[in-house]
Amino acid sequence: MGLIIDFLTDPANWQGPEGIPVRLLEHITYSAVAVLIGLAIALPLGLLIGHTGRGTTLVAGFANSLRALPTIGLLIFFVVLIAPHVHGKGDTAYLIPSEIVLVLLAVPPILSNTYAGVQNVDPAARDAAVGMGMTGRQVLLRVELPCSLPLVMSGLRSAALQVIATATIAAYVSLGGLGRLVFDGQAQQLYPKMVTGALLVAALAMVTDLLIALAQRVIVSRGLSGRYSRGRTLARDEAPAELAVHAAATGQP
Amino acid sequence: MSWLRYLDQNGQQILQWLWFHTWLSVVPVVLGLAISLPLGWVARRYRWTYAPLVTLSGLLYTIPSIALFVILPGILGLGILDPLNVAVALTIYTVALLVRVVADGLASVPDDVTQAASAMGYRPVQRLMAVELPIAVPVIAAGLRVAVVSNVSLVAVAATIGVPELGQLFTIGFQLAYFVPIVIGIVMCVALAMVLDLVVVALTRLLTPWTRAVVAP
Amino acid sequence: MKRTCLTLAATMAVLALAVSACGNNNPTQTGSKATGSPAPSDTIVVGSANFQESVVLANIYAEALKAKGVKVSTKLNIGSREAYIPGLEDGSIDLIPEYSGVLLQYFDKAATAVAPDEVYAALQKALPGDLTVLQKSAAEDKDAVVVTKATADKYKLTSIADLKDVAGKLTFGGAPEFKTRPDGVPGLKKNYGVTFGSYKTLDAGGPLSVNGLKNGQVDAADIFTTDPSIAANNFVVLQDPKNNFAAQNVLPLINKAKASDTVTGALDAVSAKLTTQTLIDLLTKVTADKQDPNAVAKEWLSSQGLG
Repeated sequence: MGLIIDFLTDPANWQGPEGIPVRLLEHITYSAVAVLIGLAIALPLGLLIGHTGRGTTLVAGFANSLRALPTIGLLIFFVVLIAPHVHGKGDTAYLIPSEIVLVLLAVPPILSNTYAGVQNVDPAARDAAVGMGMTGRQVLLRVELPCSLPLVMSGLRSAALQVIATATIAAYVSLGGLGRLVFDGQAQQLYPKMVTGALLVAALAMVTDLLIALAQRVIVSRGLSGRYSRGRTLARDEAPAELAVHAAATGQP
Repeated sequence: MSWLRYLDQNGQQILQWLWFHTWLSVVPVVLGLAISLPLGWVARRYRWTYAPLVTLSGLLYTIPSIALFVILPGILGLGILDPLNVAVALTIYTVALLVRVVADGLASVPDDVTQAASAMGYRPVQRLMAVELPIAVPVIAAGLRVAVVSNVSLVAVAATIGVPELGQLFTIGFQLAYFVPIVIGIVMCVALAMVLDLVVVALTRLLTPWTRAVVAP
Repeated sequence: MKRTCLTLAATMAVLALAVSACGNNNPTQTGSKATGSPAPSDTIVVGSANFQESVVLANIYAEALKAKGVKVSTKLNIGSREAYIPGLEDGSIDLIPEYSGVLLQYFDKAATAVAPDEVYAALQKALPGDLTVLQKSAAEDKDAVVVTKATADKYKLTSIADLKDVAGKLTFGGAPEFKTRPDGVPGLKKNYGVTFGSYKTLDAGGPLSVNGLKNGQVDAADIFTTDPSIAANNFVVLQDPKNNFAAQNVLPLINKAKASDTVTGALDAVSAKLTTQTLIDLLTKVTADKQDPNAVAKEWLSSQGLG
């Protein structure tokens, strides 16, 4: 334990192109790119599926089977496929395969939570919207999307968590990030380095989770969350069964 | 045909890896469930423990698998190459995943059911075993399915530190720049994950016969 | 209700039994052991590092021992030396093919021996009490600083010493451990005054290093001298006149307790026949022709009358 503190307080480990801040930034970059791309793919798709109600079983099955794919296997597959053809300095040869795999990880939670969220919108609200004369698209964007935001945000949190934890493996194929600390620490038999890498990933995930939770508080309409003045919330001590199942299905701890 | 040739040459080795991979995926889930059931019950019964337990599990879940695999030998005093490290790490992940699921599953039991059971004379432990847990089975099973499937993927990562399981097909394929073992590995991992998923589904159906009850006309 | 409980309990019991059965009753075929606990004392567990040559050599040792009736199991693709030496010391593995020079450096960072016999003698003294090395072979596989032909022509490089003035502009690719090993980055600096502009962490002379050099991700890389990709890609191996990379004779590193006469005899016979050209040939068969390392090992052994 003392060795870990020593490692963390040694200034040499914080400077230079291989210092902790650099690795942290790399890790955040890899993860953020993957989550954003995943969001760009999964959110519209999920909204469409939830709104039209078509293709749910297909997509549900597809999203679930994506989870069954071994991440390290996919990574190596894409690296062997793509890397030999990419020339030049820099990490592109290995960045592309890694990002592909991370996006494949980010899509299922966001997708399944989005369409489940849209489907679970109170039918009365939908009816009222139609009754007010809204077109299909207006119903989707002005009623269904905002109402499904809690589940969407929960899917986003789950996706972010998984991507951050898995981005560690990118170091196996020469990329940077906090995984570099773990793999190098193992190869060089520097135990504190490994532990630091692991703890930093956990810390990064926690912070990201908190930030998204905060964003959720701000974005989700108060009518849904029941959060009224001075933190007085409506009675909500029983976690509804559906939410529990969704939490389980999306793997969110 | 290189696929068949590869399977023929390495069939025995691959089967051993498959066996080992299955063992490493399943045992942690069983152990994890056994540990999460009491923990989940505590989180539900004593409400103030819910938040800390869930936060702690969230934290554990974010520790990258490869890091846990290499750190545990030091903590547990096991040999560096002992696959037991992987089993313990995966058990930790399973518990981290299932504690909340069990707590929420137990919470999903309607109050009137538990009250009716008490009124019928069930003592608390009896009520837990005979009423609450069975009703919570679908929710817990959903979590189990996720745990089992993600364990299969996590075990494969352990190949990067030499644990003999299907992930070895990936490291070998990588070194030889050879697709055959890589694709065989991916297919087998997916197949294993799906089989284990089906097993959990089957067990769930077995344990919840009332969901298939046909109402008499 | 009672039925549900019974089913649950029964399932748990069956699974628990299965678990304990698995734990004690491993697959009876020879091959990877299911647990890491020390093998029964008459079985030799042969390990290998995470590169193909080590795998081939481990297979050669394993098959040679099997041919003499010794019970063998293998644990291949373990990782770098830093990961498997502890495995040797705690009994997870008993035997592993090694290279004299780097092994000496691992146990004695201040070692200065470079010639094959000196290295061997120093190694025997430096090993911890429970490990020993058997006879060395003539086969060598050294680390090397390798560049593409284009780079060699551009900077007129034939030996590592030629890098002194240009290294600052170049990127070097190597394994994480190369950065800290005495004959790695520190050694290049000490013996040749060579410090590269930047260091890209790749792997131990594996696909990342070869691809990195080929595609320009790095300007120089640490690739092993028996690697067939050197010839295949027209790479240039820079000479090492000061012997920064000491002699690297292939030899078996074994737990003293397991070095019975049969074992020693079998392995010494293998070492007597092993040459550097053998290594290159066997490796070419495995990496270029995608042949099975175990089959290649057996074939070689029978061609030498040892299997």
